[in-house]
Amino acid sequence: MANLRDIRRRIKSVKNTAQITRAMQLVAAAKMKKAQDQALGGRAYSRHLLQVLYDIRKNFAHETHPFLEQRPGNRELVLVISTDKGLCGAINTNLARKIMAQTSPESDFITVGRKLRAVCEKLGKKVIADFTVKDPVPFGETRPIATFISKHFIERNYDKVTIAFTNFYNTLRQEPKVVTLLPLQGHRPDQDQAFELIGGGFSGQAHKNDPDRDFEFEPDAGEVLGAILPLYLNYEVFQAHLEARASEHSARMVAMKSATDNANKFIKELTLEYNKLRQGAITSELLEITTAMKAVE
Amino acid sequence: MSLHLDIVTPEKMVFSDSVENVYLPGADGELGVLPQHAGLVTALKPGELRYLHDGKVVILAVGSGFAEITQTQVVVLTDMALGEAEIDVAQAESAIQRAQEQLHGVEHSMDAEEVAFLQGIIAKSTVAINFKRKSQG
Repeated sequence: MANLRDIRRRIKSVKNTAQITRAMQLVAAAKMKKAQDQALGGRAYSRHLLQVLYDIRKNFAHETHPFLEQRPGNRELVLVISTDKGLCGAINTNLARKIMAQTSPESDFITVGRKLRAVCEKLGKKVIADFTVKDPVPFGETRPIATFISKHFIERNYDKVTIAFTNFYNTLRQEPKVVTLLPLQGHRPDQDQAFELIGGGFSGQAHKNDPDRDFEFEPDAGEVLGAILPLYLNYEVFQAHLEARASEHSARMVAMKSATDNANKFIKELTLEYNKLRQGAITSELLEITTAMKAVE
Repeated sequence: MSLHLDIVTPEKMVFSDSVENVYLPGADGELGVLPQHAGLVTALKPGELRYLHDGKVVILAVGSGFAEITQTQVVVLTDMALGEAEIDVAQAESAIQRAQEQLHGVEHSMDAEEVAFLQGIIAKSTVAINFKRKSQG
């Protein structure tokens, strides 16, 4: 019977798909563990760096540095961190939507990851640079990105640099985030708002009016600030990559898991249908035989 | 009165517990910190960091970075913090060699940040090697 053969063929192909998605799920799970550990391990450093920066700004509000300069213009540069490969759920789409909503339409872009680079090109956005970052993320590969950004900002090609990435919360939850990287914001004692921190969160509120946190500086505040700001930029860019990578692998793992589950459910349904048809065929054959016997009698 | 010490590198939290004292390789020379130290933020240069924890002196080789000192807490931010057992001399030596080769290449391009970065690698790897050799006698 043709129909039976069709179903058998479909079951076979769905089984193959399930096998592939299952393999991808296992690969993503292994990478996910590593990427999550790296992202979570990097957060303490990034948080403490912010805290030191906050304390410096509180004690020496007059210290200036090109990174702190607020400019009136609105030429914006956006660093977009997306994924190189697809099959990772909706994270790239969500990120793209967030970028459209939160950045000015005339922004220029730096892209990491092929997926959103393609989107930027399709929408006719100006992509001034594209970087490739290996997996797991090596610090050496994000440093040139930070250098590139700071060069453009200091040369006044752009007034504002934002970074768009997917922040990692846990395996099931990742959220797109657009954060202002330069000029550094919220690092003034008169501003109560929490830091727009990449990764976890740090609020200056807890340290406000704490007399223990009046500091001396060695060699002096300007020098410490001058050394810490580039470091801060480097590590925030690095940490954003770690977060994005952890999100990517988590999202892929979850997407592949639900694909595998779906395929298995589908196989079950098809098998049930196949068995029903098979039984129906047997019954009708038996019926034919018995009617034939009756006719002979 | 106790002193809480956090040693943080970009990879992980290396140490976080109460200690009796800490000695840091400050940019202007070695710095001893006891509880109730005045608030201080200092740059660190590659060198040895010592602390007294549970009656035992622990020594780590650290890279450049920062320390934030309050009366009750010391936070050390550094790009390297290794105990004697974790230092791989061969690896550190090859890191120095690679950095020197690259340094040779960029010296003419006058990229100050790149040069500083590579010199940082050389300095911290040198510290690590010297530390390992010293502790082996």
